[in-house]
Amino acid sequence: MGFKTFIQGWPVYRQLTGTDPLGRGAAAQSARSAELAPRTETADGMARSVCPYCAVGCGQRVFHSDGKVTQIEGDPDSPISRGRLCPKGSASKSLVTSPLRQTKVRYRRPYATEWEDLDLDVALDMIADRILAARAETWEDVDDEGRPLNRTLGISSLGGATLDNEENYLIKKLFTAMGALQIENQARI
Amino acid sequence: MAEAHPVGFQWVMEAKKRGAKVFHVDPRFTRTSALADTYLPIRAGTDIALLGGVVRYILENELDFREYVLAYTNAANIVSEQFVDTEDLDGLFSGYNPDTGSYDHASWQYEGQEDNAKIRGTGKERDSASGLEHESHGEPVPAQAPRDETLQHPRCVYQILKRHFSRYTPEMVARVCGIPEEKFLELARAWTENSGRERTGALVYSVGWTQHSVGVQYIRTGSIIQTLLGNMGRPGGGILALRGHASIQGSTDIPTLFNLLPGYLPMPHHADHPTFDEWVDSIRHPGQKGFWGNSRAFAASLLKAYWGDAATPENDFCYGYMPRMTGDHGTYQQVLNMIDGRVKGYFLLGQNPAVGSAHGRAQRLGMANLDWLVVRDLFMIESATFWKNSPEVATGEIVPEECRTEVFFLPAASHVEKEGTFTQTQRLLQWREKAVDPPGDARSELWFFYHLGRVLREKLAASTERRDRALLDLAWDYPTHGPHAEPSAEAVLKEINGYEVATGRPLNAFGEARDDGSTAIGCWIYSGVYADGVNQAARRRSRHEQDWVAAEWGWAWPANRRTLYNRASADPDGRPWSERKKYVWWDADAGEWTGYDVPDFEKTKPPSYRPPEGASGPAALAGDDPFVMQGDGKAWLYAPSGVLDGPLPTHYEPAESPMRNPLYGQQANPTRKIYEHPINRMNPSPPEPHSQVFPYVFTVSRLTEHHTAGGMSRTVSRLAELQPEMFVEVSPELAGEVGLAHLGWAHLISGRAVIEARVLVTDRLTPLRVDGRIIHQVWLPYHFGTEGLVTGDSANDLFGITLDPNVLIQESKVGTCDIRPGRRPTGPPLLDLVGDYQRRAAMTADRKVPMVTTDAAGGDDAAGSTDEQSPAAHQDGEPHA
Amino acid sequence: MPDANSLYGPLDPAPDAGWVDAPPRMGFFTDTSVCIGCKACEVACKEWNDVPDSGFDLLGMSYDNTGALTANSWRHVAFIEQPRPAGHRTPPFAGDPTGPATSPASAAVGAVTAPDTGTNPGLPPGQPEAAARMAAGPEFLGMPGTAPPGRGTGVESRTDFRWLMMSDVCKHCTHAACLDVCPTGSLFRTEFGTVVVQEDICNGCGYCISACPYGVIDQRKGDGRAWKCTLCYDRIGAGMTPACAQACPTESIQYGPLDELRERAATRVAALHERGVPEARLYGHDPTDGVGGDGAFFLLLDEPEVYGLPPDPVVTTRDLPKMWKRAGLAALAMAAAAVAAFAGGSS
Repeated sequence: MGFKTFIQGWPVYRQLTGTDPLGRGAAAQSARSAELAPRTETADGMARSVCPYCAVGCGQRVFHSDGKVTQIEGDPDSPISRGRLCPKGSASKSLVTSPLRQTKVRYRRPYATEWEDLDLDVALDMIADRILAARAETWEDVDDEGRPLNRTLGISSLGGATLDNEENYLIKKLFTAMGALQIENQARI
Repeated sequence: MAEAHPVGFQWVMEAKKRGAKVFHVDPRFTRTSALADTYLPIRAGTDIALLGGVVRYILENELDFREYVLAYTNAANIVSEQFVDTEDLDGLFSGYNPDTGSYDHASWQYEGQEDNAKIRGTGKERDSASGLEHESHGEPVPAQAPRDETLQHPRCVYQILKRHFSRYTPEMVARVCGIPEEKFLELARAWTENSGRERTGALVYSVGWTQHSVGVQYIRTGSIIQTLLGNMGRPGGGILALRGHASIQGSTDIPTLFNLLPGYLPMPHHADHPTFDEWVDSIRHPGQKGFWGNSRAFAASLLKAYWGDAATPENDFCYGYMPRMTGDHGTYQQVLNMIDGRVKGYFLLGQNPAVGSAHGRAQRLGMANLDWLVVRDLFMIESATFWKNSPEVATGEIVPEECRTEVFFLPAASHVEKEGTFTQTQRLLQWREKAVDPPGDARSELWFFYHLGRVLREKLAASTERRDRALLDLAWDYPTHGPHAEPSAEAVLKEINGYEVATGRPLNAFGEARDDGSTAIGCWIYSGVYADGVNQAARRRSRHEQDWVAAEWGWAWPANRRTLYNRASADPDGRPWSERKKYVWWDADAGEWTGYDVPDFEKTKPPSYRPPEGASGPAALAGDDPFVMQGDGKAWLYAPSGVLDGPLPTHYEPAESPMRNPLYGQQANPTRKIYEHPINRMNPSPPEPHSQVFPYVFTVSRLTEHHTAGGMSRTVSRLAELQPEMFVEVSPELAGEVGLAHLGWAHLISGRAVIEARVLVTDRLTPLRVDGRIIHQVWLPYHFGTEGLVTGDSANDLFGITLDPNVLIQESKVGTCDIRPGRRPTGPPLLDLVGDYQRRAAMTADRKVPMVTTDAAGGDDAAGSTDEQSPAAHQDGEPHA
Repeated sequence: MPDANSLYGPLDPAPDAGWVDAPPRMGFFTDTSVCIGCKACEVACKEWNDVPDSGFDLLGMSYDNTGALTANSWRHVAFIEQPRPAGHRTPPFAGDPTGPATSPASAAVGAVTAPDTGTNPGLPPGQPEAAARMAAGPEFLGMPGTAPPGRGTGVESRTDFRWLMMSDVCKHCTHAACLDVCPTGSLFRTEFGTVVVQEDICNGCGYCISACPYGVIDQRKGDGRAWKCTLCYDRIGAGMTPACAQACPTESIQYGPLDELRERAATRVAALHERGVPEARLYGHDPTDGVGGDGAFFLLLDEPEVYGLPPDPVVTTRDLPKMWKRAGLAALAMAAAAVAAFAGGSS
């Protein structure tokens, strides 16, 4: 860096020689300030999404860089929300990046007083075994009059209103095929 | 609405800017009230009395939109001579059976149709929430009924309606609801003056209306008003349900519900639907009008989507694999079964019943008595930690070392970490693009259930058990991608949309559905979301680049229609009712329906069309029958069947009320679902003694700053800091009566639980003068629990379990309690305090809640009871659960 | 137009601060008559600007649990419950069996619940009497006694009620004392006429804090630096809307060229007056007021004090120019010496 460059970047020099003799505006702008750009402009990409809270269905723009969400804000194109979000929708970035989010499988053994770790594949396998055992134990083939029942009342499930249609579809399809009738979600609550 | 759906409220503000008047009815003054033109405080649980008052006001002053009412509703239909109204039976309709707590609908039918084979006792329907099926599909009524177009026949619907609500006067509204007469009249005047040819009025509601033992009838009363005023199927009109979860509409359309299959097809019942044909006929009602006539194709296509190649016309598309209902398998019955040890395993998928469901203690004790529990969530929620961190651990009811429930907590992917569609509150599907990968072990439900199915099928591959065939024959081959083998959500959406089996070509509309196995459709009402092989839900043409209907933003079911029944926006001849309110109309030159929206009518059926003799299904709909999903093409002011607790709405007191019903001897809904279980003790209400032990009315709802059970807000500091503590709002008058100080502590006691909260004394709450008494109401947010950044007692712990008979929704917007200053006891003394209240209120474990509180039930032939029994005998009868 | 570099009176601040060809002055117009108190502005601001939490305390000031503008809250929604009529509305509790109002008493209790916001001076404890007066509005009939709420005497039953909500923010004064006293040049006037703390310059001296006539700017403990609303300098530089205004569901917060906003505000006030809301008035819009007008101004439905705003703010550096001359000379001498030292060192 030559002296000239240096001196021109120096606020007092700019103040004395420029348009801002009191050094309150143009001369006082720091290098950082001069280079500021909104992180939405420098993001790797933007996904068009929908708010996960209530059912109004406000449009969201999800900006991300290096595999991390850097900003979520309203989608001005949406005819539903016109770019606006409520406090919950506005907090969506904090929701998905919250330090309280669980990212590891947790397992509580019967009668245990603490959680322990468990491998995801092992957990999936254990759950499958338990489903099969519960089915075998509680399966009802036919009713008293010999009419088909094809079901287990030993398995229950609750939830779905926060999930995608595609997910609910697979859940209902799989549970129906395994005879698990007792499926419910927030629509009843 | 400003409180729970602030962004939706921008449209109310927009209307207000253009001169609209906003009325807000709520037990407490909220952020919505602050912006409303008129606020009406109301006693929680009395909206039918208020709305019934409006119906009466319309009819007495003949303010209905007569042309609309005559042409498009059943106002002129003549009802059976056997029908007896609640006015004559002290709050019961004819056909009540006290043994089953349900009605025989025969006497409710139109004249000459009492013997309709479809009409029968409705005890079974009550158990299986079959009212919910009718969210979209027609009820069994014949296409034609005797009518009197002059509306003078004493048994025509119009006159019956008039008599039924004749006592719902402004004085009665004041007496029941605590709303002063002048204020009621202001509402009634504004509503009627802003409806008709030139103007329309909208009605917006949320779970403040639905979560009652008469929830469905609340909505029915709103529908009657909107139909009488001609506000249905027209722009700026309608009844708008503001739902509370991102895809709660979707989870009803593609139901994770026990009694429904996708597209509101009913889950088969073991006795009613032993065969495929009987199942299908129960949906389509042969001989009836309307689009349910095609349901054989929808049903066959669903089974084809489920069982693929294995499903053939010869084997009834594997209908034999379907599990069958035998009764009530709803979530509250499940929880009681858990307590009784009958359920082995439980999945919780983004839901937190320990906080969010009524009777939190029952929820937690149920979970503590399972073999295993799988919780899939973003955060560590109360329902995952009940074994170490619940109120019952403090009281010693759950001892971790003695609790056998094995718990798997599996982290879930968030909405930005997966792609898929949400269906929002107005039936609009919007596709979300994925932004980033989920962290660590977090996975989508799509991943979890696809791979769970894969593992189950692998484990069963060698099985010869008959019960495993349904799993092994399941069409379960979705393409996957990425390092975790994530299934393709688009592939699933294509299956939901439906395709031609031979070619795989996506269907363009449900009209292409076939009953011969040549089409597979996962959810027929969503057919068209992948029309032309394009993901229509992903469309995002800017609002600046299209008209106000914005048909190219997302995709609405059915057929991308934004307003249902919009044929009603034109007069019987197909002309707009007015230039100002034109929306969809008949273009005679082009020979088709046209307008701003996709017409909800057969495109080229002219207004003059009259069906030939003997027609059924869509062909039976006349050119001026706009309500195309109804069995007669009409909007129903009176429901001859389909609504289990009465053809007309009637004011009943909430299951827990400090008041005797001022209108009828019948206190509460005589068909409500009661669960008599030692854990579920309901506070006594008049005419039972001891109701004064719980003298105050409480209601709960949401705060803007939090979301439901708090799992997505108490865990986020930005939100948690805005409402950091559990509180109770009380009026200064109640604070004075009980001795509560602003920001001090209070505890509230019901027959189930004690909870504590900080006190906000506020002018936003008011005592009400009701039937000569002063009634105090308190309000609580229900967002708090033991986990997260901010914690507090759960308001839903106070509620017992009583359900609406139509859809099995719980009464969790009103209950009775006592309130006392100071903090609650901790540990075992807390149980002593509840026990003391139970003792004082005589709430013994074996107490029966009286269902019928009028003598009109038994002995009166007009009631049409098949099995007469005195109310007293009934009170000692079997539990109804 | 007064002289250039004036510290008082109307002027266009960006050109005054040396910005050649400055864009139009940008600002906020906050119309409290349509505010629904949802606090989306508070959250959207924190999300964009990465502002830390300000504590988890129930304040009892109606639904306000933020308390005030601090280094950790750059937007603050005030809630005021008042037993006063709200324009054309039917009295909410007419005909109900009510007693006297409690809102003054509740406000008085809430006023002394100042939490530790992690900032300095943060949230000073309020004065109960003043809070009660504000909650009751002009009809305040004296401090409620110590009796439990609801047991007051001598006041008629409440029928009227209104709930005022207002999203407060830095005013971005035309004459910004915070900027004028900043010794490091951290606080500066942007080309949009807004006032911004530059976090890479601020040394935490805290002079600006006592200079602000609105009590807006505040120091973050542990960090030491001063923080406040930047009017999203980075966003508006790229032609975007500040985060709070972008989120606001009801357009209570409007962003745009100040001239346009002032016109819009005048029209809105006139419309409200026509609709029978005579209490609607503007605050901070007048270029001749004590701070030369605010870059962020408001439509209020009551006296400014009710919202916790000073009724007649005056720039605290009004008399500074006289003093500045001497300081300027001294600075010049020091700068010259520094340049000489540098030039000498590099040769």
